[in-house]
Amino acid sequence: MNKLVKNERVMMILIPVVSAILGLIAGAVIMLLGGYDPMLGYQSLFDGMFGTPKAIGETIRAMTPLALAGIAVAFAYKTGLFNIGVEGQLLVGWLASVWVGYAFDLPAVIHIPLAVLAAAAAGAVWAFIPGFLKAKFHVHEVIVSIMMNYIALYTTSSLIRTYLYAGNEKSYDIKESASLASSFLAQLTDNSRLHYGILITIAAAIVMWFILNKTAKGFELRAVGFNQHASQYAGINVGRNIVLSMAISGAFAGLAGAMEGLGTFQYMGTFTAFTGTGFDGIAVALLGANSAIGILLASFFFGGLQTAAPQMNFMTGVPSELIQIVIALIIFFVASSYLIRWVLGRAGKGGAK
Amino acid sequence: MNFLEVLAIIIPAALYSAAPLIFTALGGIFSERSGVVNIGLEGLMMFGAFTGIVSTLLLQDSLGAWAPWVAIVIAAVVCAVFSLIHAVASITLKADQTVSGVALNFLAAGLSIFLIKKIFGKGQTDFIQFRIDKVSIPGLSDIPVIGKILFSNVPITSYIAIALAFAVWYIIYKTPFGLRLRSVGEHPMAADTMGIKVVRMRYVGVMISGMLAGIGGAVYATSIATNFAAGTIAGQGFLAIAAMIFGKWHPIGALGAAMFFGLAQSLSITGAQIPVIQDIPSVLLTIAPYVLTILALTGFVGRAEAPKALGVPYEKGRR
Amino acid sequence: MEYVIEMLDIRKEFPGIVANDNITLQVKKGEIHALLGENGAGKSTLMNVLFGLYQPEKGQIRVNGQEVKITDPNVANDLGIGMVHQHFMLVQNFTVTENIILGNEPTRTGKINIKKAAQDIQELSNQYGLSVDPYAKIQDISVGMQQRVEILKTLYRGADILIFDEPTAALTPQEITELIQIMKKLIQEGKSIILITHKLKEIMSVCDRCTIIRKGVGVGTVNVQETNPDELAALMVGREVHFKTEKKTATPKEAVLTIKELVVEDSRGVEAVSSLDLSVRAGEIVGIAGVDGNGQTELIEAITGLRKIKSGSITLKNQELSTLSTRKITESGIGHIPQDRHKHGLVLDYTIGENIGLQTYYQKPMSKSGILNYKEMYKKAKELIAEYDVRTPSEYTQARSLSGGNQQKAIIAREVDRSPELLIAAQPTRGLDVGAIEFIHKKLIEERDKGRAVLLVSLELDEVINLSDRIAVIYEGKIVDIVDPKETNEQELGLLMAGGTREKAGGTA
Repeated sequence: MNKLVKNERVMMILIPVVSAILGLIAGAVIMLLGGYDPMLGYQSLFDGMFGTPKAIGETIRAMTPLALAGIAVAFAYKTGLFNIGVEGQLLVGWLASVWVGYAFDLPAVIHIPLAVLAAAAAGAVWAFIPGFLKAKFHVHEVIVSIMMNYIALYTTSSLIRTYLYAGNEKSYDIKESASLASSFLAQLTDNSRLHYGILITIAAAIVMWFILNKTAKGFELRAVGFNQHASQYAGINVGRNIVLSMAISGAFAGLAGAMEGLGTFQYMGTFTAFTGTGFDGIAVALLGANSAIGILLASFFFGGLQTAAPQMNFMTGVPSELIQIVIALIIFFVASSYLIRWVLGRAGKGGAK
Repeated sequence: MNFLEVLAIIIPAALYSAAPLIFTALGGIFSERSGVVNIGLEGLMMFGAFTGIVSTLLLQDSLGAWAPWVAIVIAAVVCAVFSLIHAVASITLKADQTVSGVALNFLAAGLSIFLIKKIFGKGQTDFIQFRIDKVSIPGLSDIPVIGKILFSNVPITSYIAIALAFAVWYIIYKTPFGLRLRSVGEHPMAADTMGIKVVRMRYVGVMISGMLAGIGGAVYATSIATNFAAGTIAGQGFLAIAAMIFGKWHPIGALGAAMFFGLAQSLSITGAQIPVIQDIPSVLLTIAPYVLTILALTGFVGRAEAPKALGVPYEKGRR
Repeated sequence: MEYVIEMLDIRKEFPGIVANDNITLQVKKGEIHALLGENGAGKSTLMNVLFGLYQPEKGQIRVNGQEVKITDPNVANDLGIGMVHQHFMLVQNFTVTENIILGNEPTRTGKINIKKAAQDIQELSNQYGLSVDPYAKIQDISVGMQQRVEILKTLYRGADILIFDEPTAALTPQEITELIQIMKKLIQEGKSIILITHKLKEIMSVCDRCTIIRKGVGVGTVNVQETNPDELAALMVGREVHFKTEKKTATPKEAVLTIKELVVEDSRGVEAVSSLDLSVRAGEIVGIAGVDGNGQTELIEAITGLRKIKSGSITLKNQELSTLSTRKITESGIGHIPQDRHKHGLVLDYTIGENIGLQTYYQKPMSKSGILNYKEMYKKAKELIAEYDVRTPSEYTQARSLSGGNQQKAIIAREVDRSPELLIAAQPTRGLDVGAIEFIHKKLIEERDKGRAVLLVSLELDEVINLSDRIAVIYEGKIVDIVDPKETNEQELGLLMAGGTREKAGGTA
């Protein structure tokens, strides 16, 4: 067991898995304390996650923006930055995709990529600002990103009301030529909202892995994340890489918004509060150990939890906020991996004796 | 409407709005001065608001107008304990402090609504009957000119907040406790060699931040919002963090910054009554505090001002 | 025999390593006792145990004959043990007074009584001849004064036994003499001193007895009167040590690096390099001698492009460097062994192979159209690791896991392999054991013999005198004199480094 603990690769997988299990156990405890039945609670949860074709379809659909948000956070994190502004970048990306989707009449083969690119660009620009301020003025990107989140929230809402309002707290719908929805997929999954965005998501995960691990640029970005001084000494332009990293991260976040705008909803609502996807992206990235595969798996898990929460509420009365609590606890467990390592290390020593 | 009349509207509104920010920012100073980043102030404020409203609702039948005040005290204690989660994760388990803070925000948000739904069966609480009202201070509010501007129409909690800022300044800069707190945030190893218990100091710093953020949230809830729902504390905690940074981790600086943000926030509400301002599109007024924060951070604060050991878990024996 | 401190059979372990393996140390009252060992031998660890920062796994400590358990620095302080750390434990933006009273503050009705504290400190300072300004902030005072503050910290708490951890690292020869006077005064006032050092000359000049530690094990205690530096060195390292590196006379050719009237500002906007002139020729080693903080760091940063210059010119064989980016400067033929290998030289979380490729990853064959070819990178790394005898489990091992000496070898391998016209070595042997030091000195001389220009910056005067063909003394940002190592000595250099002038006329320029 001790040898296992020393193996970093194994720990990278064990820690998230153990944390998820611990989180679910803690969730069960909370359900018990609240007077609910944990067995029934989790059963209806798993049912709602993949018990029916529709559930699976919805889970995969919920996974798409979560995975992209997670990729956005992980990409920035690998380069030493904390992109807590995914929420805002997602919103502007959503707006950009819906706007392009509504304002133009183009064949789908052009319209969709255009709308998607618009979303990525919007997200990139929104993330560029905290990146630039950090590189040039050494302002901490966390606070600026949080501020940008609120600015995005109020600005997108206001812009929709002024230019795209269709009444009922929604914008106009996008043209069909821009939509990622698919009747084929819907049929396959018993009328879920599953759309082609999942393909974009998987492609994005591959792109992230490729850039970071196979290119010279990725080598530079990771070096900057580990040690800015040594990077500078190696001739790497630290400031430029910080900005580039945030912009790429923001582009992924914008794509997450496009998933919602072009796939799930086909419009954008005038929000008064955050969607939460951006913050969930942090949990996904952590649980996925900042790796492409891990993020896909983690986003599947979280997507399933979110999809199933109403089901659980319906069947057992457990408020869906329980999911938020479980997610928070999982984050704590992953972040405190020190403790898990220590416990596993101890277990190893005890076993050997 | 002349200038003085404008002041008489916006200054009291600013003081009203700033009080929760002041309490929370002062709390942040204790945590960060000891070396622990606390992004979780937002969640702590939320939990303080939750505790404040629920306590008031439960106590208002027996305690009447005293209920909100008692509720604030309860919120202080509860949130000090709640902040232990962040303390244990960051200090003892050496988790990434920013991540732990973000998780704390999730936890507070989820837990508070979970409990509300459990207790009240719906997503938001009832409105409290007794709130912390705006008052005009007898005597002082009759002073010509400044009486109307500084001493009328402001809840007492705002004055308490201002007084507290000065008290915190004294504690941090004039007492042994303050010296040791600061040493732990600047150079924990030096403090350790002088026999100061670094870990204990940091726990105290985080718990005080929890207590004050709890008070800030409860004050917000009982004087401004008067009920609790998911969107009650929307970003107040983050604004308080920004005020702390803008104020360079100094209590009086944070006081000034918080008042500035309070002013910016209140303009989006009172602006409709004021000529010139009423013509500005409301969205610009709403985002003004956030934009101003970014500008302020860029223009005024250098990285050099933060406590040197901020965000770095302390490990004995690391050389 | 009155022992004031006895550490008996102390064993201290860290994960994977035994830092102290049954070491015994006995210090008599009123003596200056040296603790000698190479870098990494375990001296600081042993003293940290005495000071309560670490707990030993086994062993006993006695103070004045009584057995004690020193669980933390407070207990050590109560027992009268005080430590003057090598890396000062001072809070930069606190005042001298605040640093000294921290944890022991005199108060009046809850408020710190700064006036009384300052007064008490002034008295102590007069009594022991340790001049300080009680109200100055640490970030504004000199290194010498900072050290005096460290000493006062121990005296303020009533220390009778003072531990000095490598106190002379950052001092000029003159300041070292002053420090020795201070230590003698402390002994006169009834204190006992333990001096941790690896500097043999200091031990000979001021210590009564010396305990030697080698690789965590105690090797013996000797009377300083009855021994000599060669014997001590042999005990420290375990074999014969050659202090002087064998080298042929240099035959320098044309100038490779020419610096004219260089002005560079430091991070606070203060002039660190003030109109400096210097040239380095192919086939010679120029050593820069100077007290830390006189512009050496900024000079190197300017040459390598890590810092923008204010005015002046830096040319490498007719190419102006000061307007180029760091990468272009490296490409034009400069190799740089940085003074802080963990900060500038390596990305510790990368593998040793990736680190070896840190300067060339973007060029063919390691990289083509932006795609990295890791196979090529590791092939090169493997070659260099073998050639330079870098001890590592493999080229895929994280750089963090290698010892300091092997990390430095990897850096040198990387830099030298590019055959740079100019090789800059800044503190190349800091913190390394004797074996690594010998290797690096040999390599530098090799490069010089191949016809390269070598610029050496070091705070170890012995190293500068030993290796250089010419010594340039830097003081307050200028080269104040250039001397022939064969015709000078430490005293003269020390004088120049402190701003004085040579008494003798003439000398090589």
